[in-house]
Amino acid sequence: MELTTLGLYNQAIIVFAALVLFTSFVMLAQPRIQPLIYTFAWQGLLLAVVIVLAAIVSNHPHLYISAALTVVLKVGLIPWLLYRLSIRLNMNYETETITHPSMLLLSGAGLVVFSYFIAAPIVHLSGLATRNTIAVSIAVELLGMLIMIARKTAMAQVIGFMSIENGLFFAAVVSTYGMPLIVELGVAFDVMVASILFGVFFFHLRDSFDSLDVSHLNRLSETDEAMPLPEAAEVKQP
Amino acid sequence: MILLEITLLAPLVGGLLLAFTGHRAFAGWLNVATGGVTFAASLALALDVFDHGARLSAGKMFYIDAFNVYLVTLTAFVGMTTSIFSRPYMRHEVERGRVTDRRMRLFHSMYQGFLFSMLLVLSTNNLGIMWVAIELATLTTVLLVSLYRTPESIEAAWKYFVLCGVGIAQALFGTVLIYFAAENRPGGERGDTLLWTVLHDTTAGGLDPAVVSLAFVFLLVGYGTKVGLVPLHNWLPDAHSEGPTPMSAVLSGLLLNVALYALVRIKMLVDASLNTELAGHLMMGFGLLSFVVAGLFMHRQHDIKRLYSYSSIEHMGLMTFAFGIGGPLATFGALLHMTMNSLTKSAIFVTVGYASQLAGTQRIDQIRGLIRTQPAIGWGLLIGTMAIAGFPPFGVFISEFLLLIATMKSWPWLTIPLLFGFGVAFAGLFRHLQPMVFGEPPAGQKPIQANILPVAIHLALVLWIGLSLPTFLSGWFEQATLLISGTSLR
Repeated sequence: MELTTLGLYNQAIIVFAALVLFTSFVMLAQPRIQPLIYTFAWQGLLLAVVIVLAAIVSNHPHLYISAALTVVLKVGLIPWLLYRLSIRLNMNYETETITHPSMLLLSGAGLVVFSYFIAAPIVHLSGLATRNTIAVSIAVELLGMLIMIARKTAMAQVIGFMSIENGLFFAAVVSTYGMPLIVELGVAFDVMVASILFGVFFFHLRDSFDSLDVSHLNRLSETDEAMPLPEAAEVKQP
Repeated sequence: MILLEITLLAPLVGGLLLAFTGHRAFAGWLNVATGGVTFAASLALALDVFDHGARLSAGKMFYIDAFNVYLVTLTAFVGMTTSIFSRPYMRHEVERGRVTDRRMRLFHSMYQGFLFSMLLVLSTNNLGIMWVAIELATLTTVLLVSLYRTPESIEAAWKYFVLCGVGIAQALFGTVLIYFAAENRPGGERGDTLLWTVLHDTTAGGLDPAVVSLAFVFLLVGYGTKVGLVPLHNWLPDAHSEGPTPMSAVLSGLLLNVALYALVRIKMLVDASLNTELAGHLMMGFGLLSFVVAGLFMHRQHDIKRLYSYSSIEHMGLMTFAFGIGGPLATFGALLHMTMNSLTKSAIFVTVGYASQLAGTQRIDQIRGLIRTQPAIGWGLLIGTMAIAGFPPFGVFISEFLLLIATMKSWPWLTIPLLFGFGVAFAGLFRHLQPMVFGEPPAGQKPIQANILPVAIHLALVLWIGLSLPTFLSGWFEQATLLISGTSLR
């Protein structure tokens, strides 16, 4: 399909979808915590713009509710929560060393190509105006998983997790103009509860491990060495 | 459908009440009462469905047929018996100073919240709500895994949260794809297409095969993570071993079943629209791998709860394998095995909880001489393990035997890895069990107060079903088999 034959709104959808993908790459290689949270908020905002544009193009008013949900949760509540946690846990200026950043970005690019491959049968079937961006939404989801694999701080992992959710929401909007409202509300509820639980876990992790670096989580494994005695663990309890 | 509403509302209301009163002395009893009401309502619901056939609720939100109603009853039953066990057990934990009042409130309300979310998964008609409820089951249990706040338990809970969260996200993508395929089917009208009844009855044949295959892969990975299929199982032994024992019992006995239920529902849709064996073959592969690998892992365990959680992976693998074979015999065997595993495994976890309270540790090499110190616990563990290993008089033997015959009929050469797996798992259980039950008790090991009633009820049921399968139960399984495999057993 010729891009120039698309309407203005459809072209805008593609531009903003590309920007959402760009923020995923920024998050992949952003070693500092606070800019990472800001980038995540930007991703949410750009996603909301895509959803609003899709609502205009498709004339589906319930997509405005989805856009509002995205703004409230992904631009407002979750970044705010993470920001406050980063200050309370004194990690707002912390920098995480990323090993092989160029390899990471290259494999991210590989994932984008892979998602175009996956999306081929779906795009083929779809008659929606937004079908060009289905591959981008899959790429955002896969890049979120890559963030979770490659990064070692709990904060970056949570942001990767939420970015996967962004990708899924994106996919639902551009492939079917959103899920039924009750399902979207349910998913939003789960995401909200999950973000609060993650916050609780940050404190537990810091109290038990003095750090939010998840590579310290290595006590439970399938080695033949004797495990630490449970009694020894109990003594530490208040 | 008033019975279904009671079944769903009882744990919800009970959970809310317990959120405020969970630390009081009567909270344990309130928990038991809630479980009892839920079970009574679910039993009445089951009889109703058994007499009058499948039911669709007024707003098409809930759908109850022979397949899910028996799982609803099983879930409510194990939920009730485990609450009977958890009352004295958790009181003992409070006395030992391992949990505070606030955490007792958390435990009780989340226990009921977990039961609610599982009953919702089973009874909902909407694939999207099913996903939401399975995610809710993770969210309600994740803080219970870390209830003791030890570094190990926090690590286990974090792993559980992250792995299951990411895994289940794949299932949401699969659900989106199914919805997409249904919305784009040729000549179909839009709306309501996420409802299972609509998908199954009218549209399944018209879904695009390429998209549905893709969706199934995502759904298998997503729900397979919750089932505990190898290689997505890493969270499971950790979460089972570090959480409080009542939690291990319901996670192992119920949550895994419910996730497998979701997978089988999806497979029914996929089979109807693909006309190939793709879904079945994928499930057989993952199932057999889990079955064999988990059996091997059992030999290397040092923690008694980890040992039995690998046994859970093994049995879930076997069921996934059997549902993958399809066919009426394998499906019947898998349904029976689902019930038997739930009852036996929750009974075992209850006994294991007492055994580790008795010995003061979960380490296998420090649990010794259970029968000599407290015969009830020792015999409970021995009989439970014999039942789960598939000794003849028990129900697990019947279901495993059926599965073996079904495999022999359709895939003869696969009986070799299957028999190998049975042998390995058997050896893995008994090399650890022998010294724990019969060994010399350490000096000063004293009996504890233990209510062995739930264990006795569960094992008696397993024995009864093993000796003679009651007619109503087999009729029930036959109805469900007909639904799932499309052909009757006779």
